[in-house]
Formats: sequence, C-alpha cells, structure tokens
Amino acid sequence: MPLPWIILFAPLLSAALIILFTQRYKNLSALISIAAVLVSLAASVGVFLAPEMQPATAQLPWLDFSSLGVNFRIPIGFTLDGMSKAMLIVVTAIGALIHIYSWGYMADDEGKSRYFAGLSLFMFSMLGIVFANNFLMMFIFWELVGVSSYILIGHWFYRKAPSFAANKAFICNRIGDFGFMLGILLVWVATKSVDFETIKTTLPTLTANPAFLPFATVAVVCIFCGTIGKSAQFPLHVWLPDAMEGPTPVSALIHAATMVAAGVYMLARVYFIVETSAAAMEVIAVIGTITALGAALMATQQNDIKRVLAYSTLSQLGYMVMAVGVASPNGAMFHLFTHAFFKALLFLGAGSVIMACHHEQDIWRMGGLWKKQPITLITFLAGTLALMGIYGFSGFYSKDAILIAASEHHPVLYYCGLAAAFLTAFYMTRLFVVVFFGKARTEAAGHAHEVSIVMWLPLVLLAIPAVVAGYPEIIHRFLPTPAHEHSMVPYIASGMGLAGILFGVVLYWGRAKDPIYIPLLANKFYFDEIYALIVWNTQDLLARISGFVDRWIIDTAIVRCLASGTYGAGFILRFLQFGNLQLYALLFGGGVVALFYFILFFK
Amino acid sequence: MLNLLIAIPLVAAIAILLGACAKKTALLATALNLILTLFLVFQYDQAKAGYQFTSSVSLIPELKLAYFVGVDGLSLLMLLLTSIVALAAIWVAPQVEKLERYPNLYYASLLFIVAGVTGAFASLDLFFFYAFHELALIPTFLLIGIWGSGDRLGAAWKITIYLALGSFVLLVGLLALYLSLPQAVRTFSIPDLQLLALKGGIPQTPWIYLTLLVGFGTLISLFPFHTWAPSAYASAPAPAAMLHAGVLKKFGLYGLLRVALPLMPQAAHHWTNLLLFLLAGNILYVGLVTIAQKRLDTMLGYSSVMHMGYIFLGIAAFNPLGLTGAALLMFAHGLSIAALFALAGAVRERTGSLEFSKLGGLAKPLPFLGFTFGLAAFAAIGLPGFGNFPAELPIFFSAFSHAGNGLAFSNFQIVGVIALWGVVISSVYMLRGYRASFLGEPNPRWAGIADLCRCTRPAIILLIGVLMIAGFRPQLFVNLVTPTVKTILAAPAK
Repeated sequence: MPLPWIILFAPLLSAALIILFTQRYKNLSALISIAAVLVSLAASVGVFLAPEMQPATAQLPWLDFSSLGVNFRIPIGFTLDGMSKAMLIVVTAIGALIHIYSWGYMADDEGKSRYFAGLSLFMFSMLGIVFANNFLMMFIFWELVGVSSYILIGHWFYRKAPSFAANKAFICNRIGDFGFMLGILLVWVATKSVDFETIKTTLPTLTANPAFLPFATVAVVCIFCGTIGKSAQFPLHVWLPDAMEGPTPVSALIHAATMVAAGVYMLARVYFIVETSAAAMEVIAVIGTITALGAALMATQQNDIKRVLAYSTLSQLGYMVMAVGVASPNGAMFHLFTHAFFKALLFLGAGSVIMACHHEQDIWRMGGLWKKQPITLITFLAGTLALMGIYGFSGFYSKDAILIAASEHHPVLYYCGLAAAFLTAFYMTRLFVVVFFGKARTEAAGHAHEVSIVMWLPLVLLAIPAVVAGYPEIIHRFLPTPAHEHSMVPYIASGMGLAGILFGVVLYWGRAKDPIYIPLLANKFYFDEIYALIVWNTQDLLARISGFVDRWIIDTAIVRCLASGTYGAGFILRFLQFGNLQLYALLFGGGVVALFYFILFFK
Repeated sequence: MLNLLIAIPLVAAIAILLGACAKKTALLATALNLILTLFLVFQYDQAKAGYQFTSSVSLIPELKLAYFVGVDGLSLLMLLLTSIVALAAIWVAPQVEKLERYPNLYYASLLFIVAGVTGAFASLDLFFFYAFHELALIPTFLLIGIWGSGDRLGAAWKITIYLALGSFVLLVGLLALYLSLPQAVRTFSIPDLQLLALKGGIPQTPWIYLTLLVGFGTLISLFPFHTWAPSAYASAPAPAAMLHAGVLKKFGLYGLLRVALPLMPQAAHHWTNLLLFLLAGNILYVGLVTIAQKRLDTMLGYSSVMHMGYIFLGIAAFNPLGLTGAALLMFAHGLSIAALFALAGAVRERTGSLEFSKLGGLAKPLPFLGFTFGLAAFAAIGLPGFGNFPAELPIFFSAFSHAGNGLAFSNFQIVGVIALWGVVISSVYMLRGYRASFLGEPNPRWAGIADLCRCTRPAIILLIGVLMIAGFRPQLFVNLVTPTVKTILAAPAK
C-alpha cells in the first residue's frame, strides 16, 4: 500500500474504530488514536526522506461523470511536492505531540473517547487538505475540518458557551465557503477543470486575453473568501477567539497550528491562479494587514490567557495572508511552518498553566508561577521569544521574510506590519510578566505545581523547533525560502520588538491589575455586538417577515381562496365538515378513478 | 418480481386488517421487500440498460391501457429508497400496545403507502402510475387525521385539499397530454410514449407542461404551493412523515423525470425561467422561513421543502450533471429527512413537546439520539461523507454550466449563487435547531428519560449507514442512473 494512503487513512480508521467499538473504553480509544497518529507520523517521515517519490499516480476515484460525456472528475489524489511534504511533517509531528499531551490533559474527562475520535477525524481531514490535488478534493476535506472543529469546540456541549462557539465557528466558515465554492465554480467555468495541474496548463492561454482580467479578479477574491473563513481573517475573524471554549490541546492543534493555517496553505497551493490578478492580490494584502494589526491591538487588552493567544494567532495569520498578497507565498509558508511550532508550544504551555491553576484562565488570577513551573516557564519563554521575532528564534527569520517582501511592495502595509510587531512584543511581555512573575494572586496559583511528564515532554519537544525551525540550514530542507538580501528590515523589526518588550516590562512589572483600560480594544472593536445587530436586522428580520407572510398570507390566502372559490374544494370541504376523514378519503380515491373512466369512455 | 414487490405489502396490509399480528407482519413484509429490491438492483443488467423485469397484462386494448411494470436505474434507485425507508418507518413505529386507536389500521395504512408508492415507481403505464400514487396518498391523510398530534385535523384538512387539487391538476395535465396525441398513436405505455417523443411525435404544448409542472410541483411542495408540507409533517406520526417526506413526495420529482421531461422537453424549455424563479423561492424564501421556525418539527418540515429547490435546480438545468445530481439528491434527501423525522418523533415521545424554548441539553441524557441526529443534520446540510453532498455538488456545477458571458451571469448562474447561499442558510437553521434541542445545559426535567431503545437503533443506523455509503461511493449510484439520464437527454431539447 502506498505510504500516502497509510498517512491519510490511519486516522480515519482510528476514528471509525472508536465510534463503532471502543466508546466505552476511554483509555483504549485514546491509545488507538495515538497509535494512528504515530503511524501517520512515521509514514510521513518515510515520504519526506524518500529521495524522489515518483509523482503519485495512485488515485482513488470518488465521482466521475465521464460516462455521461462531461469532464467532471473528482478523485482522491495525492500531491507530493516540497510544500505538501513540509506540511505533512508539521501536521503529523505537532499532531502526535498534542495527542500525547491530551492523554494527560483530558485524563479525567468523561467524553475522552469522543474527544479522541474527533482528533482522529481532524487529522484525517487536515491531511486530506494537504494532499489535495484538485479544488473539490480540497473542498471536501475543507468542510470536514470544519466539522471536526465544530465537534471539538463543542466538546463540552452541555455548557452554554461552547455550544454557541461551535455554531459560530461553523457558520462563519460556511460563509467563507460560500465564496470559496463560488470561486471554484468560476474557475471551472473558465477552465472546465478543477484539477490543479490542468488549470495550471490552461491558464496562460486565458490570461493572454485582457478581457479575462476582471473575471480572474472576482474568481480569486471568491477563492480568498475561503481563506477569510478558515483562517479567520477580518471580517470573519470573530469565531476564532470564541473557539477557545474548546479544550486547550484542540486550540493548540486546530485553532493555532494547523487548521487555521489551511487557508494560507490553500492560497499558496493555488498561487498560480492568485497571481493572475494584481487587484485581487491587493485585496488579499490589505485584508491580511488589517487582521495582523487589528488583532494585535485587541490582544493587548484581553485578560483570558487563551484569548490573548487566539488574537495573536489571528494577527500572525494576518501576516501570512499579507505575505501572499505581497507576492511572497514562500514567506507565507515559511511563517506558517515556524508559527505552527511556537504557537502550539504556547498553547500547550498555557494549558499546563491553566491546569496547574485549577482551570483558571484569567491572567490576573495567576502570578508567580516561575518558581512552581520551571519547565513550563522556560519552554513558554522560548515560544514567546519566537513569536516576538527575537533574533535567534524561529519567528525572527520567518517574520522578517514577510516584512522584507512587504517593504519592497507596499510601504504602508510594511509600516502596519512593523506596528503589529511592536504590539506583539508588547502584549506577549504583558502576558508573560503577569502570569509568571509578581505574587501569586489567588490561592490556586499559590498551590500550583509542575504538570506530569506526558504534558511537559511535548512542551520540551516543541520548544526545540520553536527555536531552530527558522535557521536557514534547517528550513532549506523543508521549504524554499525567499532569497536573502541584505536589508535593514530585520534591524528595524528587532528594534520594534525590543521596544515592545521594554514598554511591556515597564508597564506591567509587579502589577496586580491592569493599569490601562481601553474599552474599544477590550471589547474587540465591538465586532460581536455589531454583527449581532446586523444579523438581527437583516437575516433574522427577513426570516420573521417571511415566516409571517408564509403563515398568514400565502397559506391562509391561498387556502381561503381555494376553499371558497372552486367547486372542487367546496365539495371536499363539505365532507370534511362532517369530520369523517376516512369516508372522505375513500370517496376521494373512488372519485378520482371514476373521473378518469368518465373522461376516457364518455368523451 | 416487481409484482411480488407490490403484492407483498398489499397482502400484508390486508392480513393485518384481518387480524394478523400487526408489527411483526409489517416488519416481515418490508424486510422481504428490501431483500427483493436489493436482489433486483444486483440482477439489473447495467450494460444493457433500459427497462427490465417487465411484465404486462393488457386491460383495455382499444385504449392501449395495460397493467405494465418494469424498472430502469432511476426507478430502481427510487424502489431502493422506498424499501429502506419503509423498513425503517415500520421499525420505529410504536408497538401495537402503545397505539390508542385502531393499531391494525395504523400498520395497514403504512403498508398501503408502501405498496402504492412501490407501484407508482414500478409502473410503466400512465394510468397505473397515477392510480398507485393515489393509493399511497389516501392512507397518508388517514394517518395524519387519526393518529397525528397537535392540530391534526387542521393539518390533515390542509394536506388533503392541497394534494387532492395537485393530483387533480396533474390528472388534467396527463389526460390533456394523452388527448393531444393523434388518435392512432394514443397509448398509456410510458416506453411507447418515450419512443414517440424521440421521433418528435408528441405535440409540445406549453400549457400542458405547465399543468404537469403545477400538478407534480404541488405534490413536491414547489413554492408557492408548499404550505401544506410543514404543518402536515409536524402533525403526522413519525413513520408517516418519514414515508411521505422521504418517499412519497419524490413521486412528483420522479414524475417530472419519467414523464414530463422526456415527453415534453421543448415545452419544458418554455418554462425554464418560471421554474428557476419558483425554485429560488424554495431555496431563499422558504430557507428564511425555516430560520424563523420555533419548533423542531416545523423546522424540519420547512427544511425539507427548501431542499426540494436543489432538486428542481438540477432538473431545470437539464444537463447530465443536473439530472444525475437531482436523482442522487432525491435518494439522499429521502434517507436523511426520514432519519430526522424518526429522531424528532423519538424526541417528542420523550419530551412531549418539540418547541425549542422547552428543549435543550438533550444530548446528555440521550447520547444515541443526540449523536445520530447530529449525523443526519450534517447530512441534510450537505456535508461530505453523506450522500447529499455528492448530489448537491453536481447540481451547482450544472447551474454554472449554463454559461453567461463572463461576469454577466446567466439566470441559471444567478440562481446557482442563491442556491450556494442556501447552504449557509441551511447550516444556520440546522445548527441553531440542533443547539436549541440537544446542546447546552440539560433541563432538570430530563431526569430519568431513556435513550432510544436498543431494538430500535438498527432502523436509524440503516438510514445513516446507507447515506454514508452514498457519501463515500457515490459512483455506484451515478452508474445506476446514467443510462436513464442519457435517455432523458436524448430527446430533442430545443
């Protein structure tokens, strides 16, 4: 059996086994799921190390209309190039560590089987996106990651907040997918294909015609809507912070490292289509920048440790999207690669802090944890420095690659990117100082102690790539990186980062409560409130009006009209008024038959 | 073979009326039917295509009216749907002891529906095609009127008027079609009529097609003739709702694909824009109405009306992708809506109400119901892994194959965009409904309610299992209907 099949189907098998057979045996379910992800990891390493895999011709047919003379084929195929191989390693390696960490984090959870089945389903879906060699296969798995994300956000469905958060995430994603599917349809209209390779060969003849340009712009913007939903870009970013209602390992794997990056991966995968329209790229760059800067601003005023990290994820995803917009898909993939490691590390670190403080997530109710959780402290520090983009840590290299590309294309976006870098350093310093230093501000924080080895080992293992993943010697094995030119940008960006740290330390060292309060930022620019108002006044209003019309106008009016107007209805009504439905029904059946004969024989 | 398929439920129904043990007899009959249907599906020679297993008895030779049955891929797919849903519906029907009124009549009515709808799908003679459908309709009215819940008489009254009038309009249309033929070639045989159509021998009178469209459309709850459906499904006992929404309603669509389109393709073309407008109403307007619902059962009823819009879109597109997608969606929608109604019925049995404001948190005490309802809801909103997705996908592409000029969209493409947005609408109402009923904090009233009995679970698993087979291997079903689709498209369209 070819390795890619094993990588893809091991997690599906695990999910099926758990749902069908082992729901009652929680630890067995967990072991099956962990075993499956380890198999996928081993096979991925095998694929990665195999010198030159012949282009994967193995395809599983799924839907094919060629017997009807229509070129509409959707196979489950496999793309194996540098980009997908790097993603394979990211997804399976981080996935494996998070599966193991979950063993500890979810130890006492009554829904452990369901949780691990969800994780396995997620791995299957995510790997499908990585492998996708055509738009519709990507769309299929794209929807499936949405489902697994829904299931995992809503893991504690018997609480109010997670059940709402799961719906919000799913519906926001569906709105994005509306655009994505429309984009796929438009590409299909133009090229009569959904296969990436085929589109690549037919596209040049189309773009030769300048009249094609507006069409291409609309199609690319539509496809980009998929990214806006999945990667939680402005204006559909609102679901990601709420998604933090899910268990923390889920936040690390799905809502930080992998799934939310799928939008960026997809853009990089179809970059050859994206680059046909400069106007669409402008849109992409601007949306990415707005997200990068806006989310960083919102992060500075959040008090929930996971939400701070969630906004920082938004902001970093904004960087990646901006990179695609400024014609640097390699920069985007580079940052995706490093970010996956350090952000997963930060979330798992946050998880161990949360667990040590008895499920406390408010950073102002922590404090002084440096003594009690030394391993968490050091690994969290590595992740923090990587996220800030400090020299020597992975984030430094990848963020600079993006900022350099931005500085060459678009000075305004570049300055926004720098500002976001400053804010990133600032809010991470705030988080770090408030959580780990000062006095323990609650009893729970005072009694905190280091987590068990199943939980701290993944932290240590993630800390290594969080530091080194960006080093040129290492990244070159995985991804092509932008040519390194001599540039002032890294120095300026580092300066911004250091300024942010300084500012954060000065402002927050030794504080017991937040010295600044900016309502606009603390309330996330009031997006949730505005959206609730819009939805209430548009969709729900229309729904209520339609409901009214349907009930009182179409229904009543038509029934009345029929009832009083026609002889036939009157005939029926009279019988009904006797209330004898059986008699009526018999007569009706007989009447129809009689009528039929009457017309045929006596015309 | 086909005669047996129709006779088994009829005989069983009569036996039950005469006093045979109701549930066991009914289960046996529907299980036999499923086995027989599977046998037919595997015996059907796909290479040869066309109508097979035919048998006929001439009744009125001078009118060319005969009892004539036979099946092709499309009717086999519908028969498969019928026997699966029938078995599941009988399976989830309450035990005889729990029925307050006429338990034997209840089961006999269900079996009459099964027999009628099986006959309608197997008939190749227009008269029997119509008459079998009537046979199935009448017990539906009875089931709602006698064993329904809530305003059962009102609902029965409404569905009876609507469907009776719909059937009447349909009858007028069919007779007009028959009489519009030259005397010499008049026949009730559908295959003969199709041959005639291929030779261009059927007058393409637009108003006759319109009559057929309105007649069939009313039976399918085409906007704006749809308001009978939600109230009827809300009141109907679960097995009746399953059979009607899952199977009987597909008769109208089947009629369009079997009779109206192949016989009158040019007349159909005349009304394409009207149909597009109406089906957009099904998707957008009814979709919004669905969001406004405050009860689980009416929400499901409206959602089933809404999804008819997608099938109509595939039919309107009149190309290989659209017709195949429509056939697949008839099958998949039938299974998913049957599962949803079965589960909603089980919930009503336990909670006494399906109002969202009185539900909530049910997944905790009812894990099996909660889990399977989630799966069926995911299927209904078109997520990959279930049959509905590979059915809707070609329909979207079928609409977009009616190319406009670049960004100047054709009417089909505009309705295609509306249909895509409908996917968002359906996830809004389905997830809201699911959350309001099953998620959130459990209501203290749920203490002590029991999950679905282990003996009933296989019925639900059957429905969802087949949906998943259709989701993972849609090609099996595509291959089955491919020859039929080719036949329909063979008629000169313009």
